[in-house]
Amino acid sequence: MASTEVMMAGFGGQGMLLSGKLLAYAAMQEGKEVSWLPSYGPEMRGGTANVTVVISDTPVGSPYIVAPRALLVMNQPSLEKFGPRVKPGGVIVVNTSLVPIRLERPDCQVLYLPAAELAKQAGTARAANLVMLGAYVGLTGVVDTQVCVHMIEHEFEKKPKFIPANVAAYQAGYDAGLQARPA
Amino acid sequence: MAKVLMKGNEAIGEAAIRAGCVHFFGYPITPQSEVPEYLAKRLPEVGGKYVQAESEVAASNMIYGACGVGVRVLTTSSSPGISLMAEALSYIAACELPVVLVNIMRGGPGLGGILPAQGDYLQATKGTAHGDFKLLVLAPASVQEAVDLMGLAFQLAEKYLTPVMLIGDGMIGQMMEPVEFPPEGQAKPLDPGDWALTGCAGRPRRVVNSLYLDPELLNQHNLKLKAKYARIAEAEQRWELYNCDAPYDVLITAFGMVARICKTAIEELKAEGISVGLFRPISVNPFPTRACREAIDKARRVLDLEMNMGQMLVDIEAAAQGTKPIDFFGTAGGVVPSPDDVIAQVRKSLAAAGVEPAPARAPSKPAAKAPKGAGQAKRAKK
Repeated sequence: MASTEVMMAGFGGQGMLLSGKLLAYAAMQEGKEVSWLPSYGPEMRGGTANVTVVISDTPVGSPYIVAPRALLVMNQPSLEKFGPRVKPGGVIVVNTSLVPIRLERPDCQVLYLPAAELAKQAGTARAANLVMLGAYVGLTGVVDTQVCVHMIEHEFEKKPKFIPANVAAYQAGYDAGLQARPA
Repeated sequence: MAKVLMKGNEAIGEAAIRAGCVHFFGYPITPQSEVPEYLAKRLPEVGGKYVQAESEVAASNMIYGACGVGVRVLTTSSSPGISLMAEALSYIAACELPVVLVNIMRGGPGLGGILPAQGDYLQATKGTAHGDFKLLVLAPASVQEAVDLMGLAFQLAEKYLTPVMLIGDGMIGQMMEPVEFPPEGQAKPLDPGDWALTGCAGRPRRVVNSLYLDPELLNQHNLKLKAKYARIAEAEQRWELYNCDAPYDVLITAFGMVARICKTAIEELKAEGISVGLFRPISVNPFPTRACREAIDKARRVLDLEMNMGQMLVDIEAAAQGTKPIDFFGTAGGVVPSPDDVIAQVRKSLAAAGVEPAPARAPSKPAAKAPKGAGQAKRAKK
């Protein structure tokens, strides 16, 4: 059964739930089965938020995953909490703009990326979440990147002036991920 | 219609509209507040009415009144809110009104927490409120199934003139999955039959009331309800069997989202050469006792898994009639069992049944979950 799980975590408001939604949408467009399960604990703005997306060729069993195959983390508490749980051989993308520490996971591929800086260069500091998503797609090819770009355009349909910077941020992440993709 | 990605709560709201229900009375409570939020926006668009009541007690009496005048109605709530609605539900069942309600369960008892739980199984299926009445209760395990069962809930409510409840845990309300809806505007209006208060000009007046001071009349009314529940029990049992065609030593019983988690565990065990069956009731009231018994008969041992302290367990025990040992694993308060937790419990049950785990095949996922679990350790020693 070809399936994968990715957990995306950060502070509430950093947009990781949206990144997860875009990924789930993209996979759905490709005919995959998907689930998107957020944490919805008693958190406030600035608290931690995470979402788990499962992508599968067959109907998704458990949407609740303790040990995901991939982890995208925006902040240090999330890395400390979820980093050790990633399955061996998995993929971890770390936002070094906010995470000063390094992770001891020689059994995983860890990509360190200054997501906030890359987003700022692309034209919007708020799109660090899309840099992270782009990096994951670039690193793994989990979905067709063109479909992902289309999903971002669709998401900002009603605010078209935000599309170029958000797509550019995603693309910056994608390029960095692609460069690090194992041959 | 193409599939859309939607939160369970929102999908439940849309499914009600597709079923022709455009009247909602409710009161917000986590983790189901997206249902009223969604309907507050959508119902005015389709010519419906959304009323946020001052409390769950009021909302439940509003659905009682609205349904009494022949309007298709919905309310949704979560555990403590359903408790507040219980009195009106007894009245609604007594008056044989076809209302539909949804309980997106959270951790209890008391105010409890807001995270997913299944602790209201017995409340929904056995003891909702005072008097001899039953709800017809359906338990979806995916967002799509929640949508499908919403349509069925209105059909069954109106076929039998009885309240129908959907129960799901907070996960099914909060998660997004792709869903497909039936077309909009296809549902027929609710048939007012010979009961709805539609204005008595030109016909004898009707009364919607549950007060019977004459004991013989009230006895007759109870016998009538009992006969109806027996008809429902005969005709409306629904269930799913998973991996039950192959021989199995352990049968898992689980409902709702927990059954989904068990399926992942079952697939992982299958890769090791261990076959485990799953029985999932879809109608939890009426409970598919006969089908459950047939699945139990093929097993050496039963493992019941729930996000509560053992509630459906009483129905599993009733089905097994003492013929097979039953193990139970439960979590509460928002603790969700992981597939690994399920696998660990299956290994315990296999060991208790005296079954040696089959030797592992060449593992497709090396070391992915190796070190933990009693069964694993046992194999390593051999």
